[in-house]
Amino acid sequence: MTATEIGSARRRSEDARLVTGRTRWTDNIAPAGTLHVAFLRSPHAHARIERVDTSGARGRPNVVAVFSGADLADEQGSLPCAWVVTDDMKHPEHPPMAVREVRYVGEPVACVVARDRTAAVDALEEIDVDYAPLPAVVDMDAAVADGADLVHGDLGTNESYTWVFENGDLDAAMRDAPVVLERRYVQQRLIPTAMEPRSVVCVPEGDEFTLYSATQIPHILRLMLATVTGVPEHRLRVVAPDVGGGFGSKLQVYGEEVLALLLARRLGRPVKWTESRSEGNMTVHHGRDQIQRLTLAAEADGRIRGLKVDLLADMGAYLMLVTPGIPLLGAFMFNGIYKMDAYSFTCTGVFTTKTPTDAYRGAGRPEATYAIERLMDELAAELGLDPIEVRRRNWIRHEEFPYDTIAGLTYDSGNYEAATEQALRLLEYDKLRAEQADRRDRRDPVQLGIGVSTFTEMCGLAPSRVLGSLSYGAGGWEHASVRMLPSGKVEVVTGSSAHGQGHETAWAQIAADRLGVPFDDVKVLHGDTAVSPKGMDTYGSRSLAVGGVALYSACDKVVEKAKKVAAHLLEASEDDIEFTGGRFGVRGVPDSGTTIQEVATAAFAAHDLPDGVEPSLDSDATFDPDNFSFPHGTHLCAAEVDTETGMVKIRKYVAVDDVGKVVNPLIVEGQVHGGLAQGIAQALFEEAVYDADGNLTTTTMADYLIPSAADLPEFVTDRTETPATSNPLGVKGVGEAGTIASTPAVVNAIVDALRPFGVSDVPMPCTPERVWRALRGESARDTAEPGAGGGLGSIGGAR
Amino acid sequence: MPRIRVEVDGATYEDDVEPRLLLVHYLRERLGKVGTPVGCDTTNCGACTVLLDGLSVKSCSVLAVQADGRDVTTIEGLGAGGPHPLQRAFHEEHGLQCGYCTPGMIIAALDLLRENPDPSDAEIREGLEGNLCRCTGYQNIVRSVRRAAGDMRRPAQEQEAAS
Repeated sequence: MTATEIGSARRRSEDARLVTGRTRWTDNIAPAGTLHVAFLRSPHAHARIERVDTSGARGRPNVVAVFSGADLADEQGSLPCAWVVTDDMKHPEHPPMAVREVRYVGEPVACVVARDRTAAVDALEEIDVDYAPLPAVVDMDAAVADGADLVHGDLGTNESYTWVFENGDLDAAMRDAPVVLERRYVQQRLIPTAMEPRSVVCVPEGDEFTLYSATQIPHILRLMLATVTGVPEHRLRVVAPDVGGGFGSKLQVYGEEVLALLLARRLGRPVKWTESRSEGNMTVHHGRDQIQRLTLAAEADGRIRGLKVDLLADMGAYLMLVTPGIPLLGAFMFNGIYKMDAYSFTCTGVFTTKTPTDAYRGAGRPEATYAIERLMDELAAELGLDPIEVRRRNWIRHEEFPYDTIAGLTYDSGNYEAATEQALRLLEYDKLRAEQADRRDRRDPVQLGIGVSTFTEMCGLAPSRVLGSLSYGAGGWEHASVRMLPSGKVEVVTGSSAHGQGHETAWAQIAADRLGVPFDDVKVLHGDTAVSPKGMDTYGSRSLAVGGVALYSACDKVVEKAKKVAAHLLEASEDDIEFTGGRFGVRGVPDSGTTIQEVATAAFAAHDLPDGVEPSLDSDATFDPDNFSFPHGTHLCAAEVDTETGMVKIRKYVAVDDVGKVVNPLIVEGQVHGGLAQGIAQALFEEAVYDADGNLTTTTMADYLIPSAADLPEFVTDRTETPATSNPLGVKGVGEAGTIASTPAVVNAIVDALRPFGVSDVPMPCTPERVWRALRGESARDTAEPGAGGGLGSIGGAR
Repeated sequence: MPRIRVEVDGATYEDDVEPRLLLVHYLRERLGKVGTPVGCDTTNCGACTVLLDGLSVKSCSVLAVQADGRDVTTIEGLGAGGPHPLQRAFHEEHGLQCGYCTPGMIIAALDLLRENPDPSDAEIREGLEGNLCRCTGYQNIVRSVRRAAGDMRRPAQEQEAAS
């Protein structure tokens, strides 16, 4: 069979509706009689609720109902956390609407249901709440100090859990090591900021419910909503229509989704809620937010002996769906692509009175990659070596794969040498190093820095067995089915639903190739539990590497069945049937044959099927790989830093990624671009800032700066191709790679530019002010926001 | 309540509206023109960009009453006789992923190309500064606009369709 679709840069089928505005965003859905919900949210970071008086709001025009958290206390349940990482993990109750206490600004306290959204919002002003303020807990270091104010008084501690992994003799590795680096890095808190705000519509039909939500996880959401509300799973259908981006933030079970279902059940009418952006910034789960204390021991030649990682990870006020597990995904990645003798990882999950954190693009792996890639540059500087050379002396060589890492993973394949050579060539590394030297000699006020990031990540989140061993609450397999319709057209169903990645195109490409049918004859269905019976949804760059492979095997099953029918129709032995380009032929009989479409029609009519073959041509399959997949690559950033203003300009950015086999290079390139933008934004622009009282001061897009077209450079992207061995397609996953790799590349470039001035760190985001202060030796303290996120900066300091 | 008369994508509408009603909510909720989405509430993201008398505006920063007697073009009014060159170019150059910012991005680009039919990449980037995208990293959006600019400069009838 000749494959022509897989590997082709086909334009996306999704685009037709998206470029014409004929889309089905959740907020476009409004069945007749829909009621609109608005939430009253806490203005305090931490307070006891003394009294909620909703009577004033009840009398407002067009208001249908008003509820406080107490009104729904008996039925609203507790929001789920599916990742209980240790037996003794502290896991407080998390009501969708607060009942007795609020623990972050924006936590819902009451809601109004009205005939239109404006009436609902207007009536919020008539609700009176008496709060007794309690101390805010904002800073993680302070939160774990003796005598700290408590987020959850009854827990007696702000520590949710401590999780430890150790391998090798770290004491021996550290003892008498010629080089020991100690550093402290801060992963600032980020707001994922998908362009589409969250929205949910719940439609009751008797005792059954259809819930539309801008979600990445319709299947998991259905199960969790059923568990929380008691609505039986088979009476609940969840639909994720067109979803306008997620980046992890829509991998969640939000209180507003639970409440929409409860209110629709109570009121017997469709209920709808759509967040405003400022509401969203306070309540969509945030990402990152770690304090990392790192110790790296190395030989004088730069070879790493061991690495010790101590993390404080901010959980926010409550544990959401996978909150505690996010930093643990980094546990396996702090060693990066490097060999070492010993490794120790300790993470403490910390409660604060801030918005809960959870998955954001990369989820745990960007934090880990940042730490090790910053450390590799520090090690190079310490030894006076080129940062590429230090990496070469430590990385796993191509011929050493598969390789068991110190963190307990088996990297199946990789070729770090090839990706790095390619990237060096594309950047013109030597030429830029020469220019850097020249600028240094000339004391040019604009200095040049080159940042290196040679990374890998674990993705294709799957092996159910491994997820189980990490106490994750579900498996990681994925499902697909293929239905050949009587006319010979094809419907493909996938459990992995998209939020902008282009599944409808890529899945059709796979099916078209495997079945030998035209691309346009394939329709891909997803994102509806009534249509796609089972699935594990979309996150962790798992869609293609798990879901796409499930489709691949479902197609092969269909062909296998079709082959039996074809042999029967052609009166030949199955062993003599060949399948090429959608056509079954008989070996040695060139004139005979039948197409797969004709077989589909015959299988539908079922007039003359071989014994034991059931009518209709369809099949389904699941795939649960035996290993993760490990995309890797080399990213190089050349940045110009103005030492007089602190301004950073990315002059050239080169990303060479190895994502294994590629189904659609156009889509892969687009995913890399988007990932780079988000990773670079962490380095330069973005930060969720809280004041000392726990107020989020970046509630709007005017305060929380996501980059515009004018803020980003043109990227130079290229690929090497080292197929994954953990799945038959050889694919690895690409959704998060750009984000994971790019943040350290940019910061390494900035620090590289400023090293002659004694600068060894600039806290993120590297705003002009922070760069300017670092140049003046003020890097150890973030002066912009007292109390925000703890002391940003570095230990080990300027040399 | 004031009564307004607005031409939207070639059809005329007359409605009583609250003075505080924003144009974007009028388009979406009263007229069912849901092709124009809302992405923020501070006029930063540009997702709701439409043409008002041929000039691009963020429809969340215009009151419905201000549109009285005027002409509005939304993404749904483009490409009546087949895709507009910008719609085609965004598809060809993979200038969108989730597509939420795309209507606003295309409308803003339309206004940009009216002012400057042959922009440099830097001018495109600056011209689209008020429209945020979280998926594409903008590179393919820039390519899309550059390609559409070329297509629109060529045949005269397409130039007319764009203005």
